[in-house]
Amino acid sequence: MRRALSPVLPLVVLVFLFLYIPMILIVIFSFNSSQVTILPLESFSLRWYEELFADREIIEAFRNTVLVGIGTVIVSLILGGTGAFALHRLQFRGKSAYEFVVTMPFVLPEIVTGIALLTFFVWMGQQLSLVTVLVGHVVFCLAVAVRTIGGRLQSLPRSYEEASYDLGAGRLRTFFLVTLPMIRTAIFTAALLIFTISFDETVITIFTIGHQNTLPMMIWAMMRRGFTPKVNAIASLTFVASLILIVIVGTRLREQA
Amino acid sequence: MAHVAAEKRARRTAAPGTRSAPRLGPIGLLGPSLVWLLVFVVAPISILFIYSFWSSQNYQLIHEFTLKNYIETFGDSVFRIVMGRTLRLAFLVTATALVLGYPVAYFIARKVTRWKTFFYLLVIIPMWSSYLVRVYSWKAVLGERGALNLLLLWLGILQEPSPIFLYNTFAVYLALVGSILPFMILPIYTSLEKIPQSLIEASSDLGAGFWRTFARVIFPLSLPGTLAGCTFTFVLVLGDFIASQLLGGTSGILIGKVIYGQFGLAFNWPLGAAMSFVVFALAFALIAIAGRYGALKEG
Repeated sequence: MRRALSPVLPLVVLVFLFLYIPMILIVIFSFNSSQVTILPLESFSLRWYEELFADREIIEAFRNTVLVGIGTVIVSLILGGTGAFALHRLQFRGKSAYEFVVTMPFVLPEIVTGIALLTFFVWMGQQLSLVTVLVGHVVFCLAVAVRTIGGRLQSLPRSYEEASYDLGAGRLRTFFLVTLPMIRTAIFTAALLIFTISFDETVITIFTIGHQNTLPMMIWAMMRRGFTPKVNAIASLTFVASLILIVIVGTRLREQA
Repeated sequence: MAHVAAEKRARRTAAPGTRSAPRLGPIGLLGPSLVWLLVFVVAPISILFIYSFWSSQNYQLIHEFTLKNYIETFGDSVFRIVMGRTLRLAFLVTATALVLGYPVAYFIARKVTRWKTFFYLLVIIPMWSSYLVRVYSWKAVLGERGALNLLLLWLGILQEPSPIFLYNTFAVYLALVGSILPFMILPIYTSLEKIPQSLIEASSDLGAGFWRTFARVIFPLSLPGTLAGCTFTFVLVLGDFIASQLLGGTSGILIGKVIYGQFGLAFNWPLGAAMSFVVFALAFALIAIAGRYGALKEG
């Protein structure tokens, strides 16, 4: 199938180059053997990656990031899943207000959410820790859970559930045998997307973290010290990790759409 | 147990079709997220508001009502300059992202056939990967040892690497466009993809050319997504402090960095709270307006 090339194609190519060239450069720079980042590269080296994996602080931060991510996924799915059911299977007053408040933290500047949570925790006398970080991440990610699971619920014909009731199944039985299998993939997609967001979340974390570190916090601290191959290596690793997760999520999202 | 089953059956026959919710019931379903939102969203924003009417002296909070933070916020010339710069930049980044993003969204939604998932992924990879890392990556382009300097040296335009490309408003502008652009493309793409092909065919059958069809059919139908993209972009610039901190130097200071400073070195939480609340109110108004036009359903 050959068609005339679209006149916007050159612009499209330019935009994607604009989006990707900086990241590609960072990945190239991260393999430079020299301490100073410079082109042409002195020689190919994995030195900076070896340093990263030998750094106990970074390994610890990575572990914390994964823990917060898993916690954020679990809490967001419970709250967001029930919320999605309320939104699409119940009638109640103030539904659009509820939907608005769910969506708001996702669209608000993260600095506002972060600072509001910081003042709140200090007011309550709550020590900042990974738990307060988790709360911040859930606030931000709740909309993702409600939207992804809710979107699926909305598109499901109610007749399946009604058929199940007519055949004498109770609500729990219907939920586990009929509804859940149909929304399972949406739940999984939401979980992956929430984990990806939590894994890279920086701004809310800056304001809600105590003495422990997450990976983005370490990267943030390293970046402010300078532009070094070691920062480039950790930035590249984070980018590649996110890329893999996003490709999985994105393919699923497209299939479900 | 028999009477429970009988009761269930009786209830089912009484109100058919209304019991598709699992057993948890209305309170069980709505309760958890509602309580969460009240405690961790509504209460913190309210407390931020209260903080903004207190003051700070010698690193001590003074719990007395005062308007001085807002007077300082709006009266201080430094704040006005920074706020003005942030708003101008937000408009500029939004306009640039719209001009660059709309054709890309249009291309993916209406021109691409077989490679759609690939292009979709190309848009969402920079959208969901680390904002911090993507902003930082512009140092590899603009830095003293970055690609731009290298190119200019190679072309003979520069004799030695120049530091002038980093640490100014233009560097912040480039990095913001580069990092936020996908947030413009995706909602527009979603809107455009939903337009039925038959509408476009009908328009051309009635004799309208491409531009007429675009102006009368396609563009109006893509407005919710376009509005969503513009709102996301504007609000993201409004709240940025990472690009400002990493690439802005002193001439590229944005309001987010000033707020961040109040909670760090300057240690004036009430003033920072007042400034945050101004940013919150502005963003909230934009989101609410966009929401009224159905923009938040996109993306």
